[in-house]
Amino acid sequence: MLPTDRKYTKSHEWIKIEADGTATIGITDYAQGELGDITFVELPEVGERKPAGEVCAEVESVKAASDIYAPVSGLVAAVNEDLDGSPELVNQSPFEQGWLLRLSEVDASAADQLLDAAAYEATLREAE
Amino acid sequence: MSIIFAKSVAGRRGVRPPNSDVPAAAGLPPDYLRQTEPALCELSELDTVRHFTELSRRNFGLDSGFYPLGSCTMKYNPKILEKVAALPGFANLHPLLPQLRQGGMLAQGALRVLHDLEQWLAELTGMAGYTLQPLAGAHGELTGMMIVAAYHRDRGNRKAEVLIPDEAHGTNPSSAAIAGYTTLPVATDPKTGMLDLQELKAKIGPNTAAVMLTNPNTLGIFNTHIREVAEIAHRHDAQVYYDGANFNAVMGRFRPGDAGVDVMHLNLHKTFATPHGSGGPGAGPVGVAAHLVDFLPISRVVKRQDNTFILDYDYPKSIGYIAPFYGNFAVCLKACAYIMLLGADGLREVSEQAVLNANYLMQRLKDSYDLPFDRTCMHEFVLSAKRQEKQHGIRALDIAKGLIDRGFHPPTVYFPLIVPEALMIEPTETESKETLDRFVAAMRELAETAAADPESLRQAPKSTPVGRPDEVRAAREMDVCHPA
Repeated sequence: MLPTDRKYTKSHEWIKIEADGTATIGITDYAQGELGDITFVELPEVGERKPAGEVCAEVESVKAASDIYAPVSGLVAAVNEDLDGSPELVNQSPFEQGWLLRLSEVDASAADQLLDAAAYEATLREAE
Repeated sequence: MSIIFAKSVAGRRGVRPPNSDVPAAAGLPPDYLRQTEPALCELSELDTVRHFTELSRRNFGLDSGFYPLGSCTMKYNPKILEKVAALPGFANLHPLLPQLRQGGMLAQGALRVLHDLEQWLAELTGMAGYTLQPLAGAHGELTGMMIVAAYHRDRGNRKAEVLIPDEAHGTNPSSAAIAGYTTLPVATDPKTGMLDLQELKAKIGPNTAAVMLTNPNTLGIFNTHIREVAEIAHRHDAQVYYDGANFNAVMGRFRPGDAGVDVMHLNLHKTFATPHGSGGPGAGPVGVAAHLVDFLPISRVVKRQDNTFILDYDYPKSIGYIAPFYGNFAVCLKACAYIMLLGADGLREVSEQAVLNANYLMQRLKDSYDLPFDRTCMHEFVLSAKRQEKQHGIRALDIAKGLIDRGFHPPTVYFPLIVPEALMIEPTETESKETLDRFVAAMRELAETAAADPESLRQAPKSTPVGRPDEVRAAREMDVCHPA
């Protein structure tokens, strides 16, 4: 079910190391389901440096506003501008079109320390 | 029903004043003259009366039914408080009077009301001094956090962080942020429903300016470790902020000042029975311990040796002005009258009855819904519709909508955020057992309907002019202007 080409965090972010060494970041299907209909996504400026564990974006839904944390440190290389007019992309396609931002200058080995799909799924079962 | 502009007919009038015999533009420079007619609606007096009467009949307020909106303390506000606030000696007083030469002598009664209320709130909460000026609870929080910031500046402390439990009202982190701080959440212990002391100890440090907490917290659970929290905070010269939103649970039983709280606010519009939300302006008085009194906003009401009262502005360390005049005076007056009406014993009974009512409801509903924290609650408790959601696809929102059709205002839903499908119920002390029993019957019937006929709940409410507003579209495409 969960894409296995990426890593996950306990706080429901995913991170995918791309071929060019950048890292794409988004939230999981579980996270979008818990948030409900997303109404607004606040993204950082390109060029901002984000230390691991710091807030790198904010997702607002009809229920709540939630901080999104950078799974690893890096420099914001791109943000998903489509979310500006269509925040519902995060609900419809959290793992593909609904990505949030891309970091460059990331340490890929730091991402290795994160949860793989099976381990993340286990944390979800625990939470139930 | 249509909006009032749709009822407008060109040329229709309620009142026809005589023609003005003053030249229209006398003395006004052309820059200040309006170029177009104002876009006002034109109605007769009768049409206007009918419009607003119809609107009022569609409103649901505490005067029409049970309103168990968790965290909001929607108690009944005795009508006599309105009478007191309307007494001409108070209602016709000009707010600038105390600032005029000799004018203070003509406002002694009003100044005494403010002075006495401050004293009584200080007595009830164990704080050394109060300001009544903040105009709402969140304004009180901001005032309190500005006082914390002023305290640290005065001591030369450089601190950047405020610790806040993850179940807190959203206004806590927002007030701390506006006062210039970064906020860090502290987890709730899933076993006790209280702040996790180990995590607090791990996160607190020299950079911590304050710990903000609500007690009882938003789960309706009293944090019995509050004294220890204060001791831990004070070891790092961090201040303890007490959000008094839930003070209705503990009057006459617990004084935050005695537990080491440094600064706190109260919501007069919750605990002290003054109007609420759209019903009237709020008031969020802030109380401080002795070491913070110098930082309170100006002006301050002072009693002089000859027993007269003045507004004093001479406090060099004060954070300054935070509100016009002296806050919402009429609200303070009503709260003062409420305290006089009930007295110390009466206020204690208020809290005891509020806690009893909440526990009664909790016990009678916990078989029909999940109760994530199953322990004696204070003035409110949090159920979860997780079972209904899992088994029948009926969510807390559907239960809330179903309650509307059954004649009740829904409880707070989806808060606190740490409880999935939360239904946060606060009955308050002013409801009778008969009303509580009717609510129990409705909630149990809703749980049964969720299983037997979930589709009917997805359609609810059917009894209101608007069933389910499109909340998503309203948030995504916000447009609050009516096309003129």
